[in-house]
Amino acid sequence: MTNLTNHTIASALAGLKKKEFTAVELVDAHIKASEAARHLNCYITETFDTAREQAKAADERYAKGVALPLDGIPIAMKDLFCTEGVQTTAASRILEGFKPPYESTVSGNLKKDGTITLGKANLDEFAMGSSNTTSGYGNVINPWKRKGDNKDLVPGGSSGGSAAAVSARIAMGATGTDTGGSIRQPAAFCGITGIKPTYGRCSRFGIVAFASSLDQAGPFARNTEDCALLLKSMAGWDPKDSTSVNRPVPDYTAQLKAGVKGLKVGVPKEYRIDGTNPEILEMWDKGVQMLKDAGAEIVSVSLPHTAYALQTYYVIAPAECSSNLARYDGVRFGKRVEGDNLIDTYEKTRAAGFGKEVRRRILIGTYVLSAGYYDAYYNKARKVRKLIWQDFVNAYQKCDVLLTPTAPTPAFAIGENTQDPVTMYLNDIFTIPASMAGMPGMSIPVGLSADGLPLGLQLLGKPFDEETMFRVSQTLEDAAQFTAVPSNFVKAA
Amino acid sequence: MTYILKGETGDWETVIGLEVHAQVLTKSKLFSGASADFGAAPNSQVSPIDAGMPGMLPVINKECVTKAVLTGLGLNAVINNVSVFERKNYFYPDLPQGYQISQYQHPIVGNGEIEIDLADGTVKVIGIERLHLEQDAGKSLHDQHPQKSYVDLNRSGNPLMEIVSKPDMRSPEEAGAYVTKLRAIVRYLGTCDGNMDEGSMRCDVNVSVRKFGAELGTRCEIKNVNSVRFVQQAIEYEARRQIEVIESGGKIVQETRLFDTKQGTTRSMRSKEDAHDYRYFPDPDLLPLTVANDFIDDIRKTMPELPDAKKHRFIKDFGMSVQDASVLVQEKDRAEYFEKAAEGRDAKLVANWLTTELLGALNKGEKTLRESPVKASQLGALVGLISDNTISGRIAKEVFAEMFVSGKDPGVIVEEKGLKQVTDTGAIEKIVAEVVAENPDKVAEYKGGKDKLFGFFVGSVLKKSGGKANPGIVNDLLKKKLEE
Repeated sequence: MTNLTNHTIASALAGLKKKEFTAVELVDAHIKASEAARHLNCYITETFDTAREQAKAADERYAKGVALPLDGIPIAMKDLFCTEGVQTTAASRILEGFKPPYESTVSGNLKKDGTITLGKANLDEFAMGSSNTTSGYGNVINPWKRKGDNKDLVPGGSSGGSAAAVSARIAMGATGTDTGGSIRQPAAFCGITGIKPTYGRCSRFGIVAFASSLDQAGPFARNTEDCALLLKSMAGWDPKDSTSVNRPVPDYTAQLKAGVKGLKVGVPKEYRIDGTNPEILEMWDKGVQMLKDAGAEIVSVSLPHTAYALQTYYVIAPAECSSNLARYDGVRFGKRVEGDNLIDTYEKTRAAGFGKEVRRRILIGTYVLSAGYYDAYYNKARKVRKLIWQDFVNAYQKCDVLLTPTAPTPAFAIGENTQDPVTMYLNDIFTIPASMAGMPGMSIPVGLSADGLPLGLQLLGKPFDEETMFRVSQTLEDAAQFTAVPSNFVKAA
Repeated sequence: MTYILKGETGDWETVIGLEVHAQVLTKSKLFSGASADFGAAPNSQVSPIDAGMPGMLPVINKECVTKAVLTGLGLNAVINNVSVFERKNYFYPDLPQGYQISQYQHPIVGNGEIEIDLADGTVKVIGIERLHLEQDAGKSLHDQHPQKSYVDLNRSGNPLMEIVSKPDMRSPEEAGAYVTKLRAIVRYLGTCDGNMDEGSMRCDVNVSVRKFGAELGTRCEIKNVNSVRFVQQAIEYEARRQIEVIESGGKIVQETRLFDTKQGTTRSMRSKEDAHDYRYFPDPDLLPLTVANDFIDDIRKTMPELPDAKKHRFIKDFGMSVQDASVLVQEKDRAEYFEKAAEGRDAKLVANWLTTELLGALNKGEKTLRESPVKASQLGALVGLISDNTISGRIAKEVFAEMFVSGKDPGVIVEEKGLKQVTDTGAIEKIVAEVVAENPDKVAEYKGGKDKLFGFFVGSVLKKSGGKANPGIVNDLLKKKLEE
């Protein structure tokens, strides 16, 4: 029997249907793999026991011929999604022990379709970070290593645990959230596929909020088709989220093989930024060539306000986060450190509960919203955000999708890039503009760097046109034939 | 009448603006499905949204929007097609989210105006600056434990309309009349129950003073004043205080003050320097609120007749005085009672009986109109008995007193007690003859020119009839008899 952890979701579903193996076997194989990979620190909370129970129930449904669309598929759930009765921490000590009495809409949708959650995946604290080193529950380690170097690398962030779990074959897919690149950048660092759909495509209900106008849920998987299957389940209008959009969810797998003939692929010139790793620029050119060879028309486009996206993001996101995180005050749930009086209790609780990066962003956000600075920072950032959005609208007059690098470097070692926060923030330079504009984006692995690390390319699509993005992604995937796996997790025979 | 406060340096004018928080009369909260009822056990009406739990999102309650628009129309105000919810950020244990969702730069309702009725019969127009929707905070309880404070979140997220007036009022009386009129309007519309003692209507009072004709002075805001009487007391005290400060060489600092209901005074709560920086910004969880013109027109069609329109109709149709009409329309219940009682009756007479006899008796018994033992139809029937001469006004008072105790129909009481007015001329003629026969000296005096004695004869006849003789007939017959 081949190792069950090497299946894609699509092939596992076929195998389950044909009774080649059971959901219990599939889930057990992934639990065993998870146990063997605990040093990666992918999960904050493991839910293996309930997973086994759910696998039994899935097998019963398969036996009766009433299996659900994703029945028995073991996944990792980013610990930003509230899960009823299961500890939900957002990787913050301030929420340690918090068991929500409700289920997020997205995790509920997946559950309803039969997926089985193996654990709550580690992340940057409150999803604030690009390397999964701000978690209150320890760093996540990337399953990939540089050739001949045993240094631990970061998996990217903030959805680092989710990406590492899928890459390390301890989960078949995972949920993530993307505020400025938190799905796409870790997908690139871990050599897997991840998609951030259009803002409003997935409900934010029950997702611990970081920056509400940017946060969007999306899936990780090891190929385009699996991402399409997961997104189909996760997406949809939710009356409980006023910013979710009421339009039908298409079958994202239907058009996967339609190819790119007749499609126009835009290459934004502003994304050729100094300091980008030359190997990544080279991979970008290769990607352009692959699509050209497949019949796409390549057009050069301009997104003139790209240079301001990062600064704008670091005004808007902290502003929203400073307000969103005010509720963690030690009064009703989570951690409380008793002080001499109310203010003292607030200060002690928040000082003990929040890590350095979260505190930094709350301070920045409070500052940019305060009287006297509001117009200079927050209001100006809102105006620039509109211009960034307009850039994309203009570009999409000329093309159907955009192709860019996902991140300026491959995965770096833990401890690198931490000398000052701005260097770290630069990691999201290619992902942030689309986040600011609410446009969908995804990252697909297309090759390896000279020292053996995966490199990803980013596709950006028109609003609610994830289908076209998936088509292009599938074409790139077929052309790139990316089959490398992390060295520690070589395919078993 | 101009309200003038005499100071050592001359006459002072008081300038008043009011911010009234009115809880929208709905089943559920502004952004959650939890019940918005008053008086439930602490923390029994709290959804995860109201408790500010992680990942929870607000969704606007359409009913609240409808009622805010309806109230705006009732205030003759502009309805804004697009309004924006913003977050007002501050920390307090009874504010679970760490911010209040409110409308700031773009409220749902803009400029409007209402009429207020003053005791001297004059009417004044008061401008409305805006009306916006916002959520209420929870309630902190500081008297339940020696060291700790408790928090009740039942109120957290309740829908409020903040109605801001222009600084158009110039006396405690005007402020009182404004609150009274506003309360009447929201009650007529059914958009707020107006119960100030339950806190479903609360006032923040802005007061400043100036010499007549001078620029506006610096204002102080008195928070959470919870009755019409307290609003007036607070203004009286605060205006005097400000005049004293200025006249003794001091300066008014803009600040928030609290009203002490026991002593009738105000004291400083926090100055402008200590004021929070609320860091308002548009709530990213909510899209701008759009109300289409069709939606507004549909709501306009449901508008009931409002107190001012009713008042004008009463004056026109029934020839009532402004004061009488104002008193009748002041309360929705009262106007409804009146209209029911007056159906097919002498409306002016019904108005008289309602405002003097019934309201007087209810007041004495500390009862509301709803608790009245005399129903509207019964009061109407009583007036009917007067109009058709079945009983006299004097007897009617007796009947009314009995109705108020027993709740019986007036006709039954008249029947039981034999109070029917005597209109039988034969019977009255007989009494008249008796009275004339019994007082020959008085008759002589009358005939000798002492006209005033006529009243004595009328009184004697009525007395003899046990009050039942119809006074008009008595008059006629006596005149005839004495002229014989």
